[in-house]
Amino acid sequence: MDQDLRILVVEPDAEKAHSIIDALKAAGWSSTHVLGDVSSLARQMKALSPDIVLIDLANPDRDTLEHISMVSDAKSRPVAMFVDKTDDAMTQAAIHAGLSAYVVDGLHMNRIKPVIETAIARFQVMRKMQTELDAAKRALADRKTIDRAKGLIMKARGIGEDEAYALLRKTAMDQGKKVIDVAQALVTASDLLS
Amino acid sequence: MSATHLNCGYVPLIDSAPLIIAKELNFAAEEGLELTLTPQPSWSALRDMLALGHLDAAQMLAPMSVAMSMGLGGLSAQIDALMVLSVNGTIIGVSKDLSEAMGEVPFADPKLNAEALLAAAKGKLRVGVPFPFSMHRLLFEYWLSDKAAKAGIEIEIITTPPPRMADALENGLVDVFCVGEPWGSVAVSRGVGRLILPSSAIWQFAPEKVLAVRHEWTTENPETCGALMRAIYKAARWLDTSANKPLAVDILSRSAHLDLPDTVIDPAISNTLSPEIGLPGEHVENFLIFNRHAANFPWRSQAAWIASRLDADADGIEAAKQSFRSDLYRAHLSSMGADMPGASEKLEGSMRHATAVASTRGHLILGPDAFFDGTIFDSGAKI
Repeated sequence: MDQDLRILVVEPDAEKAHSIIDALKAAGWSSTHVLGDVSSLARQMKALSPDIVLIDLANPDRDTLEHISMVSDAKSRPVAMFVDKTDDAMTQAAIHAGLSAYVVDGLHMNRIKPVIETAIARFQVMRKMQTELDAAKRALADRKTIDRAKGLIMKARGIGEDEAYALLRKTAMDQGKKVIDVAQALVTASDLLS
Repeated sequence: MSATHLNCGYVPLIDSAPLIIAKELNFAAEEGLELTLTPQPSWSALRDMLALGHLDAAQMLAPMSVAMSMGLGGLSAQIDALMVLSVNGTIIGVSKDLSEAMGEVPFADPKLNAEALLAAAKGKLRVGVPFPFSMHRLLFEYWLSDKAAKAGIEIEIITTPPPRMADALENGLVDVFCVGEPWGSVAVSRGVGRLILPSSAIWQFAPEKVLAVRHEWTTENPETCGALMRAIYKAARWLDTSANKPLAVDILSRSAHLDLPDTVIDPAISNTLSPEIGLPGEHVENFLIFNRHAANFPWRSQAAWIASRLDADADGIEAAKQSFRSDLYRAHLSSMGADMPGASEKLEGSMRHATAVASTRGHLILGPDAFFDGTIFDSGAKI
């Protein structure tokens, strides 16, 4: 594999950064570096002179990276990968995975592509995990809200838990809403009135 | 008829207001448009998403659209600036240390603040701006670069995301910033800096953000393009009606689109900024203009000024001029009572005061548009 390709990953979340580095190392690239804090980005770019820089599309530090790339000296100037629109499928895959990459001008596509593909695959896995984590967190928060709403109904009407939930569900169905939305409305109203 | 759906990108700032108001007050719906407003994490991301077709339209830094038209930096694409979304609205502030070293200087005085700042600087000034191709950088450099060079002070421009500008100032990563509201007022409210100069004190009528679309999109969707321009124009006119300002602040602070503290939304909208924590607000005439004085008109001479500051050659300046679509502005907005100037280029900097000029309906007031140094920029002159 392309051992001498220097890769820099800009990612403040240490866990995510290591996940990307692990994937790259497993695929044979060992000259990899992580940068979490961009305040030293200009210095690091000079010291490491990376061939490829990988950064999350959602990272606000992209503008800083872009600026530093633009003013760095011509022979090792990294440019945004999306400039090269020749490989549209890869560009779209990168965007969907949430990856943006900066690649040194003149580096051959055959050398870049496997790195980007490896990164895309890892970004996809991380994105899926994040989505699942968000869903789990939301489910937990929803359950707490519904429990509170049930409690409010039980107290106000002097009924049992199952009955309270049945009432919530019926109200939601009658109004064409989700149970959580009705529960949230009830909790909000109760907070406002208390 | 079902509404035409448009994906619009923006970076959450006070001057995203025209897009937000167009959606929230149904100016877009009245034109048969359904806008989805998608906040973008960075200007680079906004540019990429627009160029690659994931966004139909975007609120873009005026120099970014010009740079793209010239093929500079990152992804280049032929971009049309359909109209100017806002004029002015950025502010220069300094760290506490610099503020102390500068001493008492009248707020908003370009000459005295330049002198004090250079006298207080120790060899170098690190200046935070949101993006290299921004009015923030161009105006700051226009104001201070020559004087700094003469004084032997190095200016280092450091790109910093606006929400982190106050942190950067507090942590000593930058000494000075030029940033769009509310982030200047945020730095003040946190007590980490002092505002010294609104950008309107450097150039009184600087195009700040534009409504940017891909050139092919304009060509392929002429009717939708007109509808979008009308919706935004109505929103901008609504925003610049004094009676609506309290409601504007209320809507923006409650809006899900701007995740910003509401106390810092008011200064820009009311054109009254507090330079330092505890000090009363200072009124800044024309701090941020959404519609008055033909603010939305994309003057080709404005594009030329930006291009010339980006060291464009004659071809670059011509490309920049063509990307400011004053022709479409005339075509789509004449019917709705927008008064049109007689020409599409003006001598930038020639109006020290608001001036009545020849227009289609005969009562258009322009300017003032003077530069702090009195220069007049002629976009027709040979470069």
